Amino acid sequence: MTIILSIKNVGKTYQSGGKSLTVLQHINFEVEAGSTLSIVGPSGSGKTTLLGLCAGLDRASTGSIVLNGIPLDDLNEDERARVRNQHVGFVFQNFQLLPTLTALENVMVPLELRGQRNSRTTALELLDRVGLANRGHHYPLQLSGGEQQRISIARAFSNSPKILFADEPTGNLDADTSETIEHLLFNLNKEMGTTLILVTHDLDLASRTRRVIRMKGGAVVSDTVVQDNAL
Amino acid sequence: MQPLQNKIAMDWIIRMAWRDSRRSRSRLLLFISSIIIGIAALVAIYSFGHNLQRDIDNQAATLVGADLVLHSNRELTGEARQLIDSIRGLSQGFSEEQSFASMVLFTSNGGTRLVQVRALSEGFPYYGQLETIPETAGTSFRNFRQALVDKTLMLQFDTKVGDSVKIGALTFEIAGQLEQAPGQSGISATVAPAVFIPLKYLPATGLNQKGSRINYDYYFHLKNGMDADAIVANRDSLLETHRMGYDTIASRKEETGRSFSDLNKFLSLVGFVALLLGCIGVAGAIHIYIKEKLNSIAILRCLGASARQAFLIYLVQVLGVGIIGSLIGALLGTLIQQLLPSIFKDFVPVDISNDVSWGAIAQGVGLGVWISVLFALLPLIGIRNIAPLNTLRLSLDAPSPLKDRWSWFVYGLIALFIVVYAYLQLDGMAQTLLFTGGVALAFTMLYMVARLLIWLVKRFFPASWGYLWRQGLSNLFRPNNQTAILVVAIGLGTAFIAMLILVQGMLISRVALSASENQPNMVLFDIQSSQKAEVAQLVSAQGLPVLDEVPIVTVQLEAINGITADDARKDSTIQVSRRALGGELRATYRAVLSDSEKITAGEWAGTAAPGDTARVSLEEDYARRIRVNIGDKLLFNVQGVRIPAIVGSFREVDWNRVQTNFRLIFPVGVIDNAPQFHVLMTRVPNEVESARMQQAMVRQFPNVSIIDLGLILSVLDEILEKIGFVIRFMGGFSILTGFVVLIASVMISKYQRIKESVLLRTMGASKRQILIITGLEYFFLGMIASLTGVFLALGASWALAVFSFEVPFAPDIITILLLMLTVTVLTVFVGLVNSRAITLRPPLEILRKEV
Repeated sequence: MTIILSIKNVGKTYQSGGKSLTVLQHINFEVEAGSTLSIVGPSGSGKTTLLGLCAGLDRASTGSIVLNGIPLDDLNEDERARVRNQHVGFVFQNFQLLPTLTALENVMVPLELRGQRNSRTTALELLDRVGLANRGHHYPLQLSGGEQQRISIARAFSNSPKILFADEPTGNLDADTSETIEHLLFNLNKEMGTTLILVTHDLDLASRTRRVIRMKGGAVVSDTVVQDNAL
Repeated sequence: MQPLQNKIAMDWIIRMAWRDSRRSRSRLLLFISSIIIGIAALVAIYSFGHNLQRDIDNQAATLVGADLVLHSNRELTGEARQLIDSIRGLSQGFSEEQSFASMVLFTSNGGTRLVQVRALSEGFPYYGQLETIPETAGTSFRNFRQALVDKTLMLQFDTKVGDSVKIGALTFEIAGQLEQAPGQSGISATVAPAVFIPLKYLPATGLNQKGSRINYDYYFHLKNGMDADAIVANRDSLLETHRMGYDTIASRKEETGRSFSDLNKFLSLVGFVALLLGCIGVAGAIHIYIKEKLNSIAILRCLGASARQAFLIYLVQVLGVGIIGSLIGALLGTLIQQLLPSIFKDFVPVDISNDVSWGAIAQGVGLGVWISVLFALLPLIGIRNIAPLNTLRLSLDAPSPLKDRWSWFVYGLIALFIVVYAYLQLDGMAQTLLFTGGVALAFTMLYMVARLLIWLVKRFFPASWGYLWRQGLSNLFRPNNQTAILVVAIGLGTAFIAMLILVQGMLISRVALSASENQPNMVLFDIQSSQKAEVAQLVSAQGLPVLDEVPIVTVQLEAINGITADDARKDSTIQVSRRALGGELRATYRAVLSDSEKITAGEWAGTAAPGDTARVSLEEDYARRIRVNIGDKLLFNVQGVRIPAIVGSFREVDWNRVQTNFRLIFPVGVIDNAPQFHVLMTRVPNEVESARMQQAMVRQFPNVSIIDLGLILSVLDEILEKIGFVIRFMGGFSILTGFVVLIASVMISKYQRIKESVLLRTMGASKRQILIITGLEYFFLGMIASLTGVFLALGASWALAVFSFEVPFAPDIITILLLMLTVTVLTVFVGLVNSRAITLRPPLEILRKEV
């Protein structure tokens, strides 16, 4: 199996008010391409920080991170942005849609950034795929939370990412809507052969992934495969 | 990996800038509105300057009225007369004028006033005309015993055409009201209103006697093909020998153009200060705008946009609104420019046109776009440091702007731009540094005072006050507050106006001071020696005191330590003042010094023994200017008689008093018998007495001129009123900019405070309570801003009073308090009007619409 993400001895320390605050230490794991993985743990355990480092949104203080064969530690901020644009998709708890862009434009942005010519057609197909083909000209504020998250998922898949990072993707949604979003996320992931890494408090959601990493106090406390047959 | 970002075309950046601005366009325009006033001021001033320069070029001939004018302050004889005749031979027209200050008496009502009498022969002006009512009077008056009287005099003395005016011994019929003479501006007519009479009647007035101070002008209308500049260039040394000045159309054009170019540059700098003020407002507003866009930028970065792309998206937005703002400013400036000719008409000797100047518009728009981008760069470069991690949580790693070398580069660029702009306006490094330093000092002082006042409010926060007061006051230092920039903007405008009021008051009080008890307030001069006793008798007969009586002798300084003007001309290494040599001086002689002067070096000898070389006393500044020391030898020419002298002493003179003060004083016994005239000083108790005295004097001694302190005060008041209007007009741009920055700032902070207001409303706050909190906030803001401006103005005018005008500093506190109140009330009004939306609509509706 191909390794899409390799984390070796990663640590993260922040300097705040003249003091050092270590939020992650000695993190080691690898993720196979096309697999699904949950990172769970209590608040403050370092899950989101780890997600940010894996996705190249932040720089590790120690250790190395290799994403799709590219060592992120050697890259500057703009080079990491290119990596994100070409290989990575994101889904956030609070959707993070650009409020001044329509739903369609939000989906088009990653494609436009890649310089893709048929970005509009691709975006329209993805909107159709998430069931919002008729809401393309609405602004985020005019959409419900569930609809916004569906737009966010369409955007995340628009650049056909190798790996998708989801930070509490159902954290802001009610139970019914959450179910729809989970369904959509896993289906698209399966269809497109994407690797899915999600951070969640929701153990039910975590149980849908093949592998679960538990964190506490900035360290990995367990790494278990829960579904042998899952991707 | 593909170098993806480099491939992304600029059109995507522009498209994203357009998309991103969708919900912020009106706000962006509001930010940029701060520069509209500054651009409007500059476009108006540039257009005015362009038009004025063209008008001067087109009307230069009418400024002089002839191809060539020669001036002299003595009657020409011998070689000098031959010089005139030689040029006359090259001319198709020749005209002479003799002008001098004299009293006139309007016979219909007995009014008297010191005026400029201009006795003119046939011909002049050859270009333009004496504009009169009726129109024909401008030429016909020379055929009869008639006069043209300046319109300000006609108005002042309620005189009409057909009435009479007595000048010297002769009475003239008023043929017309003089509206405009070549080269004359409204201000010059205010200072010295003119009365034209035919030259041929001058001898009969008895005013052109020996010793009278008369200016002689010779106007030449040259034959076709003759070059006036070449004519004077060929006769340069002769003109210098006879101390004659000249004006040609080209030289007058250059001289007038230069004076008004200086005025224009000064006005441009005032407009530029308003623009700078606006730009600081823009930088503040964009800073908050970018802060609000932090999440959107982080999302874009997260999706793969480079720092450069994110930066460019917002730069394009600023560029777009900069262009729109500058265009609006240019349009407004073109409209304002229509007003400028009427504002400046009193200062300018030509008719000013108000054509649209495309050059000025291009200059203004270019400057506006450049400066708005330049100042917006400061907050914009911070975009590069916005981490994509902000999508997950607030990044802790944002570097301080002061550690960013690009911030320092932009600061440097701004400083360089201000210096270069000032240099282009001022043409001198010292003045440029003075201006730039002055602006920096004013801004820094305003900022520091603002910070100090805010600190004091925080430090001594009135915790015992009611909730509404405390909330209103604490709004001044809420996060993202614009207090400091608003205080600087409104404070600078207030400082401008306050300075104007204080300096105007100081100038008036400086003159009025000399009118204090027992000081002379009326000066009678041009008294002939033979009239001295009778004039004094007439003054006494009117019940008025003769406070002082001084002889005046006109002398010429011919040599300093044996060096003459000729020697100095031939050898440029000689260290003497060439200007002083050959120049005329009004001197007196007396045994005892007056109480307005004291000896600072050497010794004063009041009497010279027969046969001794006179030991003269020089005013210390004059001595410094002509570079002489105690013991130096001077040679004077007193009406043809050479008199050697030694510098015996230096004097400090209080020039502020209405007194006859002199740069040169001889001891008694040297020039006592030289041709001279006398000055007499008295004190009149009121205007009625003054008028009676002047009438009696003019009737009996028409050659005696009178200066009345009341007249000086009223002329000064009128001039200051005119200059003051111009300064108020220009200062108004800064005040207006201050208020636009205030409006923009209120609108920006509106978005920040909506949530807070909604929360307050939810907790049960009434509209009234929210209005009171808002009103109090702007009340404190207006108070602090105007107080800051007044502090600065008081400091600057105190320095002026003590070090420059040397008068006691007594500011008009009531007017200053009224100014502070006006600024504060205006601030509260603007603040409340712009915040009313928060209180007028239901909280949720606002949240849905605005946030």
